[in-house]
Amino acid sequence: MATVAESERTLYPYVTGSSVVALKYKDGILMAADMGGSYGSTLRYKSIERLKPVGKHTLLGASGEISDFQEILRYLDELILYDNMWDDGNSLGPKEVHSYLTRVMYNRRNKFNPLWNSLVLGGVKNGQKYLGMVNMIGINFEDNHVATGLGNHLARPILRDEWNENLTFEEGVKLLEKCMRVLLYRDRSAVNKIQISKITEEDCTVFPPFSLKTYWDFSAFKNPTAAVDLI
Amino acid sequence: MFRNQYDTDVTTWSPAGRLFQVEYAMEAVKQGSAAIGLRSKTHVVLACVNKANSELSSHQKKIFKVDDHIGVAIAGLTADGRVLSRFMRSECINYNYTFESPLPVGRLVVQLADKAQVCTQRSWKRPYGVGLLVAGLDESGAHLYYNCPSGNYFEYQAFAIGSRSQAAKTYLERRFGNFNGSSREDLIKDALIATRETLQGEKLKSSICTVAVVGVGEPFHILDQDTVQQLIDAFEIVSEEEVPSAESQPPSEEDAGAGQAPPADQGAGADQGAVADQGAAPMDI
Repeated sequence: MATVAESERTLYPYVTGSSVVALKYKDGILMAADMGGSYGSTLRYKSIERLKPVGKHTLLGASGEISDFQEILRYLDELILYDNMWDDGNSLGPKEVHSYLTRVMYNRRNKFNPLWNSLVLGGVKNGQKYLGMVNMIGINFEDNHVATGLGNHLARPILRDEWNENLTFEEGVKLLEKCMRVLLYRDRSAVNKIQISKITEEDCTVFPPFSLKTYWDFSAFKNPTAAVDLI
Repeated sequence: MFRNQYDTDVTTWSPAGRLFQVEYAMEAVKQGSAAIGLRSKTHVVLACVNKANSELSSHQKKIFKVDDHIGVAIAGLTADGRVLSRFMRSECINYNYTFESPLPVGRLVVQLADKAQVCTQRSWKRPYGVGLLVAGLDESGAHLYYNCPSGNYFEYQAFAIGSRSQAAKTYLERRFGNFNGSSREDLIKDALIATRETLQGEKLKSSICTVAVVGVGEPFHILDQDTVQQLIDAFEIVSEEEVPSAESQPPSEEDAGAGQAPPADQGAGADQGAVADQGAAPMDI
């Protein structure tokens, strides 16, 4: 008879989201993610919203196990609810939410029952922009641009070269689209239905999904094994 | 209020709808030595009278730092005050660990009040016999709260608790309209003068009082004895200079106008200073 406790631990993820990419721009934070939920190697779900506003000041993007992301949203819902119930002029900002999530993620990792996610948290409070990341083992940090999963390898080099402090909204979106396009070409779990979301001091908007234009007429694609024949 | 058949238990109501044990606990606060708090828009000052039991002993600690942005002054059973301070420190640290952010004062005060309320509704407990003046800063500004043994809490611009606090309250009531715009130095001066009011003629020295400040960009800290003595000397010197002129004119009780605070204050202070000198304790000679 297997012990009941064992069956309650997270062992591996089932339905997963791929990368999230985010950057600070002039007025706040811009975040992008596709709407795909993969079931192993099958691109099974195509309308999963992986960017969600939390409270007045924060935007949360998740990659990894979707059911764990939904659980996290429930934890945060309760947190924000109790915060609002005080009704006292104080509110939790992005830094506080990030710190809280770090505690939760690290705590679960210590119990060998992780929430299998990499989370991106961005927001603006009292004029201060904040962008951070926390993953399933509790590693967390803040930066001017962050990404999860393959985004770290494909998108961040682009951002390191092309990011600056004073990006306008349009420039920020173009930069994010450039990163998402590379991910679309190179990440096999990416899906061509992208959502971008922005958060500023005043409000938070998750834009409707759109598709990126791709180009497949490179001559190398026409005869991919041309180099092999030369051997 | 004294000796009746409904006051044995905190969980027994009197026919008039009173909980006598809670009221007796508030009496304990009134017996403690005075503690005073005042706030401006950017600073909060706490001051208290520290009377040692005898010349041989040191005085009891009545002001506690709870966090960089919160401090508390107590009056009443100091042991109860110590325990509650420990609770407050623990709450602040826990919040800071989870959220990497300072605990808003208003929330700490509510947690404290709820803790006190529990003791008014359990037959096996007694109410805390200490009143706390909680001073702190958060996002919504500078705050001063008073927490009662009853579990109630109130926010104040200025307040005084403990024995002979009425004298301090009278002084503060006259002046509190200006506190919001006061500078840090004026606020501390007002706190010291209010403290002196509770001494009923005894000379104010830094050895018998403690002053603490918290403000924007200034973490909560207790001022050291020398600084306090210098501040006392500064306004007492001015009030001694005023003594001849004060005696030739009737002292003005009220401020002449909003901006006239210092001269009126020194006028009133001069009277106190003169009286204090004449009634000085033998060892001052």
